[in-house]
Formats: sequence, structure tokens, C-alpha cells
Amino acid sequence: MSAKSIHEADGKALLACFLPQSPVYSAIVPAETFKAGLPQLASLTFPDEASVDAVLDRAEATYPWLLTSDARFVAKPDQLIKRRGKSGLLALNKSWAECRQWISQRAARQVEVEGIAGYLRTFLVEPFVPHDQSQEYYINIHSVREGDWILFYHEGGVDVGDVDAKASKLLIPVDIDNEYPSNDAIKQALLSQVPTDQHATLLDFINRLYAVYVDLQFTYLEINPLVVIPTPSGVQVHYLDLAAKIDQTAEFECGPKWAIARSPAALGQTVPASSEKVSVDAGPAMVFPAPFGRELSSEEAYIAELDSKTGASLKLTVLNASGRIWTLVAGGGASVVYADAIASAGYASELANYGEYSGAPNETQTFEYAKTVLDLMTRSDPAACPEGKILFIGGGIANFTQVGSTFKGIIRAFRAYQDKLHSHKVRIFVRRGGPNWQEGLRLIVNAGKELDLNLEAYGPDMHVSGIVPLALLGKKPKGILPFGAGSITTNAGTPLTL
Amino acid sequence: MSVIDSSHPAYELFHSNTKSFIYGLQPRACQGMLDFDFICKRETPSVSGIIYPFGGQFVSKMYWGTKETLLPVYQSVGKASSNHPDVDVVVNFASSRSVYSSTMELLEYPQFRTIAIIAEGVPERRAREILYKAKKKGVTIIGPATVGGIKPGCFKVGNTGGMMDNIVASKLYRAGSVAYVSKSGGMSNELNNIISHTTDGVYEGIAIGGDRYPGTTFIDHILRYQADPKCKIIVLLGEVGGVEEYRVIKAVQDGTITKPIVAWAIGTCASMFKTEVQFGHAGSMANSELETATAKNSAMRAAGIVVPETFEDLPEALSEVYETLVKQGEITPKAEVEVPKIPVDYAWAQQLGLIRKPASFISTISDDRGQELSYAGMPITEVFKEDIGIGGVMSLLWFKRRLPSYAAKFLEMVLMMTADHGPAVSGAMNTIITTRAGKDLISSLVAGLLTIGTRFGGALDGAATEFTNAYDSGLSPRQFVDTMRKQNKLIPGIGHRIKSRNNPDYRVELVKEFVKKNFPSTKLLDYALAVEEVTTSKKDNLILNVDGCIAVSFVDLMRSSGYFTAEETEEYLKNGVLNGLFVLGRSIGLIAHHLDQKRLKTSLYRHPWDDITYIVGQEGLANQEQK
Repeated sequence: MSAKSIHEADGKALLACFLPQSPVYSAIVPAETFKAGLPQLASLTFPDEASVDAVLDRAEATYPWLLTSDARFVAKPDQLIKRRGKSGLLALNKSWAECRQWISQRAARQVEVEGIAGYLRTFLVEPFVPHDQSQEYYINIHSVREGDWILFYHEGGVDVGDVDAKASKLLIPVDIDNEYPSNDAIKQALLSQVPTDQHATLLDFINRLYAVYVDLQFTYLEINPLVVIPTPSGVQVHYLDLAAKIDQTAEFECGPKWAIARSPAALGQTVPASSEKVSVDAGPAMVFPAPFGRELSSEEAYIAELDSKTGASLKLTVLNASGRIWTLVAGGGASVVYADAIASAGYASELANYGEYSGAPNETQTFEYAKTVLDLMTRSDPAACPEGKILFIGGGIANFTQVGSTFKGIIRAFRAYQDKLHSHKVRIFVRRGGPNWQEGLRLIVNAGKELDLNLEAYGPDMHVSGIVPLALLGKKPKGILPFGAGSITTNAGTPLTL
Repeated sequence: MSVIDSSHPAYELFHSNTKSFIYGLQPRACQGMLDFDFICKRETPSVSGIIYPFGGQFVSKMYWGTKETLLPVYQSVGKASSNHPDVDVVVNFASSRSVYSSTMELLEYPQFRTIAIIAEGVPERRAREILYKAKKKGVTIIGPATVGGIKPGCFKVGNTGGMMDNIVASKLYRAGSVAYVSKSGGMSNELNNIISHTTDGVYEGIAIGGDRYPGTTFIDHILRYQADPKCKIIVLLGEVGGVEEYRVIKAVQDGTITKPIVAWAIGTCASMFKTEVQFGHAGSMANSELETATAKNSAMRAAGIVVPETFEDLPEALSEVYETLVKQGEITPKAEVEVPKIPVDYAWAQQLGLIRKPASFISTISDDRGQELSYAGMPITEVFKEDIGIGGVMSLLWFKRRLPSYAAKFLEMVLMMTADHGPAVSGAMNTIITTRAGKDLISSLVAGLLTIGTRFGGALDGAATEFTNAYDSGLSPRQFVDTMRKQNKLIPGIGHRIKSRNNPDYRVELVKEFVKKNFPSTKLLDYALAVEEVTTSKKDNLILNVDGCIAVSFVDLMRSSGYFTAEETEEYLKNGVLNGLFVLGRSIGLIAHHLDQKRLKTSLYRHPWDDITYIVGQEGLANQEQK
């Protein structure tokens, strides 16, 4: 769990719902004249199994405003893709019929964006806002250790350039209750280059935007362009393009708020969600999409679900399903060390997965995790990889995770995949330390013998990732023998042989 | 900085008299700390008490060496702090949800100089608020999302260093010259291992935690190490993500830090992946080129920090730096001290298979320890998948075997037949009266069940015994009836108040029909029916009643099904399995009577006087007259 990117549609929904209601920090309560009505965000998802037309038809029922005559729309994929306009993934000022056609040509198809191939699955359609280039601004809020930076620039749009260098900046300190800047200070720091007749509106907007940023625990929020259009009745503010990250660990504090903003009522949907499942909160739980080009496979989703249900940590990312080198590493730090070692040995392209298990998972959880990795590893045709595969079962010296019981889980997975491990010519290298490691290694070495696996195991006298250069480059560290081969680590003795 | 003990400089977070509180119930971590203290030859434990707001417990039992000691458990920080003014460290084990409020509260007490936050998943905004307030107050925060830290010979934070065997293996019971700071807690143990193998050992080690905003970062601890004359070499284990390594680089460049540093940032592989990968630590994601591990490693190397080619080369690099310092006379290796022994915990020794002890209890029918509950080895999911019913479950738990489905059906039939027999029988009457006295379900049920015995409901056992004995000893049905009459004994299982041969009991007919149809053999039932023939010829209502019929059929089942040996059959009967059937079945009815009375809201029952014949007084009078 960490700060994670969210869909543009969700980011906009959060703003639409909470701009008027999040508690503000400025001394003067900002107006909300800029507030528009219910948001018009048609978020369309195209899974493989559904026909594109069916999804589009359903969208017309859910979002009847799509069928307003003469309405003009913007359509774009909503999958954390940067610079969509430059990749031809932006349909501007189109009728709904044109949008339909534009989406149909792209939905559920593979495209390549800036060197990354991926399927387009999620699109966002919203009303087109005609405006002048001079009405575009850039705003960005992001968090650092000392507080939250607000970046503002009086020009916006795709060609805004290096905002880090040229935008006006203001740091809001961590103690916002006592140190929040005055309106004058904000104006001075951020709006010096903006026409004065827009100052009031922008101040109100920035104060409220920041309030939402805090209230909903964003860690990153970029709006580009932010469009401010004077109208006879006041001023309209539109956030045309938005990228955001929110802190997933804050789910216990903000989850209900995130859900309310995504409820059919808040989104003005006429057809309530068809599913009759009772959700915990007022709306569906927040979705954290995988980056473009890395669709969450069912296995990854399964591990993520397992992870969310336990106090232990279970992570799995498939980097290259046809890779030869697979890892089953314990510990957040050690798992990175293993990936590093494999990459620095020159095998980055062969590394199939990144993952880790830690926080004392029990035998069953480890079994489920190991089984998933072994299954992915042995799924392809063995003939495609005649030189065989390598599996690293690694880990540092655990502080409190029971090596014995986690290894029992792995051994159960070995038993289930014994034949496949043979047919894929899998070589297994083990290194582990920590509570009960002698027993753990003894068990896994015995299981290796019993199941006739090509397995070598090492204890804590081997460097944490020493089995990587050993396996990939044939580098044998001096004086270190495999467990059970007569080195000092072989005595499965007491923990306190004093 | 410390108000309490000004003899310790600010760079010293822990010393050999450091006292701490553990926030949260963590007996294992607590014991680990006490064991560490003991093995370090500390005079007193480093844990003065436990703070646990949900506690009802006032002391916690711990070991100090082989002896037991009691640690006070406080429900409020205020009480704990006023009772122990010398405590300046808190190890906070509160969960990610409650750690914010508890740490903010702890920060209100100026006596705490150091707070370690163990929880993973603290919201970034809350973590920043904690570190901001702590900085204002001059408090050192270690964590969140960390195992803590260790200072050999002085203090161990929570679970740092792992089990005692690892502490001994990495010589963490005595101070060396190398201080490290690492992001990862797991890797800190690896550093303990590396440092103990390549140098004179660890002087101090801190794991700052894997989150985006650790309370203190590398530079905070490295500045302490620089100031501490006993630290000679600094090891820094950084990671992809964040810019904290650059603050160390700056301090090296401007001459603030002069001690040799050996460093490595892990996560060099990140730049080789096409899409961004969130590693295990929340903070380990590069938001810019500057934050990549590769950039950090080359920047550190350029600043004159010793950075090996790969992490695998770090031990060698460290060893070289160490040997140089030894040659220069900067470090003089000390003679090794003897390690005091710590007894192995019973539970741990048992897990390692080092000891054994006879168990006080044995159970052979069900097991709740594994993946799932099992009945006589049959997992509960199988029980439902195969839909074995209550009869099947009874056969597993009562007889430890899977009986054929006709047998399970028969058991269910018995339960259904015996479930109730109206409100007038003694069991139901007792239950009703108890319920009406306002007692709860269990008391009312038990009051009814207690009437079950030889007279009420006991006919099952009696019938089984008498018929079986007679049959086995070769008595003809008529001889059996005659023998019983000579002994003036009623035959249990024979006779009904109303029912007769011409007015049969339908329950008996149902049992007979089922048994005849399904059981491999019905020898005892046939025998009992022959007995009935004899008795009904004497009196029409001396029929084989439902108890008798169930009893003999049950014996037939055990004897003929092929699932029980003769000895087993006899033993089960002797141990009262038939009574068990009646108790189980009738419980259904007794509970029903209880619920019924409750539903009707009946009041306390008092038996009318006119229904009791009082003769006690008259007897007494008669006695007096006799005198």
C-alpha cells in the first residue's frame, strides 16, 4: 500500500463532489461561485468479454446527456497515459456519434504509446468546453516532506513546457492549522501574472482545491489546463485534464468519502449501478488502475486480494511472463536486492517477476503465493525454453517471520507442481536466515531430494543475494558450501548452541 | 536535550541504562528486548512498563534470564510516565489506524526523547504531521514501517535483530565500531550479519523504515554517528525513491561528515523495467531521475563515499575500509567477551523439536489446528460437499468412522423419533417449570436432561442390554419372558400405555420397515418381535415399544453393518451410546419447550395445594399419641 494513481474520471468526481464541502483552511471562507452542477463524466470500460457496442449502448442509458442534440464532446483513454494529445489519443469537439466511432476503433485494442504496448480498456467522455488559449492555466499540488507545494503558471495546455523551472511556487507547511498562508500571500506567490479580475475566483478555487487535496489525502494533483471562463453570471472553472495520486493507506480515513464521490447519485447517473451487491460505503470503493501496458493479470489481482486480507504483505508483479528467471523472495528490501542482482548480472530482460512476501505470512498464505508463482512459471511450453528456468527462493535474515512455516508452504507448492518443475527443467536456488532457518532449510533440502528437484540451499553465511551471481554467472563465494554439505551452517542445531 | 538525564549527550539515543515503554501488547517483542538486555549483561531490564489502553490486565509476566519478573501494564500514558520519570524511549506498536493519535499523545510528554513507530501503512499526511511535531519538540522518531534499531550492549527496539540465535551469531551483545542506517528492517539484519563477519561488529544500527516520510532520515542518524567518538565507520543502505541520500552527500562534501562511509542504494534494477514498478516499500518509487538508485550510487561515489560495484561486493568494500582503519590504529579490536546463556523458551524449543513432554489430554475425533476443522479426519468442506447430514457427522464424531448412508439415516431417524414426546413427560415438565422460574435456556435444558435415567428415557439402554444378553445366551423368546417374570422384572422396551397389537404405534412401524429394508441383518429385531408375540399373548398392550425397537435395531446395525467388531459394539453399548441418542434427540424437544414457554411469557409455576396430599403433620400427631 502506498500512494497510487487514480483514473482521471475518479479524480474529477472527487473534486466535483468535495470542492464545495471539504473544510477550508483560509481565514476567509472562499466562495464557490465557480462550482458547476453535477459532473458529466462518462467512464466506459471495455473488457475482452463484452462487445464494444453493448458498452456504448449501456453508456447512453447511464449518461443520457450523451444524447443531447448538438452537444460536443471530448473522448480520451483514461489509463494513466501521459501526453495523450501527442499520441493521437484525444478526440476533441466531436459529436456523440463521432465519439462512438472513435472509441469503437480503439476500444479493447492494443496500441503502442511512447514505446509501451498496451490495451485500451477505459475511456472518458465529457462535454467539450470551448475556450480561448488565454483562459488556460496550469496548477499542480504535490507533497514533499516539508509540506505541499502548489505550482501555478499563467499558461496551460500540452505545450506548457518545464513547469518545474518556470511556474510560481508556494509551499504550504505541514501544520496547516497554524501556518496556512493568507490570501494575500497566495496571491503574491502564485497569481502575480494573472489578470487581476480573475484573482478572486482563482483564490477561491485554489483554497478549495487545496482543502480537497488535504481532506481526501491526495499526494499528487495536476490540472492542465485549468480553464477559467468569465460568464455573464460569474466565472466558470473547468479542469479539463487531470492526473492524481491518492494515498491508499488513508483508505481507513477517506474510503467513505472517496466512495461517496463515486456513487451514482454524486455522478448524476440516471441508471443506478446494475449490480445488486451491497457495498460497504455509499458508493463503489476506489479503484487503483495498473499503469498503462501492465494490465493486472488475474494472478496479480489474486495476490493483491490476498494481500489486502491479511496483516502480512504479499506482492506480485509479472514483468515478463516468458522470462526465464523467477523469484520468490521474502522481504521488501531483500526482494529489491534480488532484482538488482539479477539485473546487474545482465539478466534484466529475463527477469519474469517482482514480488515479495513478508510480515510473517502463515503456511497457507505462503502456499497460495508460491503456487501462483510456480503456476505462472510453468505455464508456457517447456520446448520454448530448452535451457530451463531458474527460481530464486531468497530472503534476508528474518526478524520474526518463521522460516520453517513459510518454507512448508513453499514445499506444498513444490509437491503440487513437481512434474511441471521437472518438465521445465527448473533449477532452484535457496538462501534464507531468521527464526528457525535451520529447520526451514532442512525441510526444503529434503523436499528437493524427495521430489528429485535440482535444488541448492544456503544459510545466512551466504550473502543475501549471493545465490544470484552463483546461479547466473557461476561465481562461487569462497568457503561457503550448500546447506547439508558439511559447512558450519549444516547443523540443524539449537538456536542457542552456546 | 534530555531533561531527566543530562549526562548523556544528544547524539546518544540509547545507552546501557536506557528505559523504555512498549505501547501495545507485544509479549514476544518485549521478551526479546529483555533477553537482549540480559545477554548484554545489563543490570536492569530496558522495559519499564507496557502501555495498553484496552488493557484490563495490570501486570505482564516476563522472564529476566531464568527468573520471572512482572512488568506493569498501564492504561494511560499519563500514569505510566508519572510512575517512571526515567523512561525516555517508547516503542509504539499501535496499528496504522491508531498510531497517529497515540504518537501525538506521546509527544505531549517531554520526557520521551525517542519514539519508534513500528506500524506499516500509516497515511503519508499523518506521518508528516508526526514528524513535524516531533521535530519542533526535539524528539527523534524512528519509523514508521520499521523494525526499529539496535545498539549492542545497550538497547534493542522491539523485534530488531531477530531471534536470540541471530543476535548471538551477529555478536550484537557487545559493541563494535560500525554504525549503520538502513531503510529496510529486514535488510538491517543482513547488515548486522555482514558487519559482524567483516569487522569488529555493530556499534549501532537504525532502520528508518520504508515509507515515503520516515520520521528521521539517513542524515539525522549519520550526524549522530559522526558526533559519537565510539563510531568509526558508517554504513548507509539507501533505496530507490526520495532524495534523502543527497543530504548525506552534501554533508560529506561540505566537510560536516568526515568519518568513512560505505554505502549502497538498492533498487538499481528499477530503471531497467519498462513500466513503473511499486516495490515492497511504499517509498521505493522514483519520481525523477534523481531518485533512482543508479543516480544515487554514482552521486555518492562521486562525493567520495565508498560505493561498491554491486551490493554483493559490499562486504568486501567494508572489510577493506575496516582493515585500513585497524592498520592506522583508528580501531583496536577488543577481546571477545563470553556470551551469557539464555534459556530457550518452551514453546520455541518445542517448535524446533528439541524437547518433548507427555500431553495431559488426548483427543482423537476432531482437529481445529490445520487449514480447516476436520471431523475424524474429514475436512469440514468435504462434510458439506458430500452432504453427509447430521447422521454422517454423528458417525464421524461418535464412532470415528464414516458409516454407510443407511446407518446415518437410521441415526437421524432415531433423533427425529425421540425429539419430543409432549409436555407431560418428566423431562419436558422439568424444563417447563425451570423456564417458568425465569431461568435461561441452558439451565432449563439441563433441568430436563437431568431426569433422563433408568426410568425416563433409559429404556433404550436397558432394552438393548436385556435383549442382547438373552439372545446371546441362547434363550428362546419364551424362556426369556419366563425368566424375567420369575425374577419379577419388567422387560425394558416392552409395553405401551395405550398402543396395542391392534392399535400399533406408527413410530415402531416406521423403524421396523426401514430396518427390514436396509439393514444387512435384523436378527435381534426378529428376536424382539418374537418376544413381543409371547408378551402380547398375555396382554394386548405388551408390544415392542419404540424404545425397544430402536434399541434392538441399533444393536443389529452395529453387529451386522461390518463396521464394528464385537468388542467395539459391546463397549459402545456399555458406554451409553443409546442414552446419548436419546439425550441428543430429546434436547431438541426440551429446547422447544423452553422457547415455547418464553414465547407464551408464562409466569412462575406454583403447584396447587389441593394437588398435594399433606400427611406430615398427621403422622407427627399420630407419633405423639403413641408416646
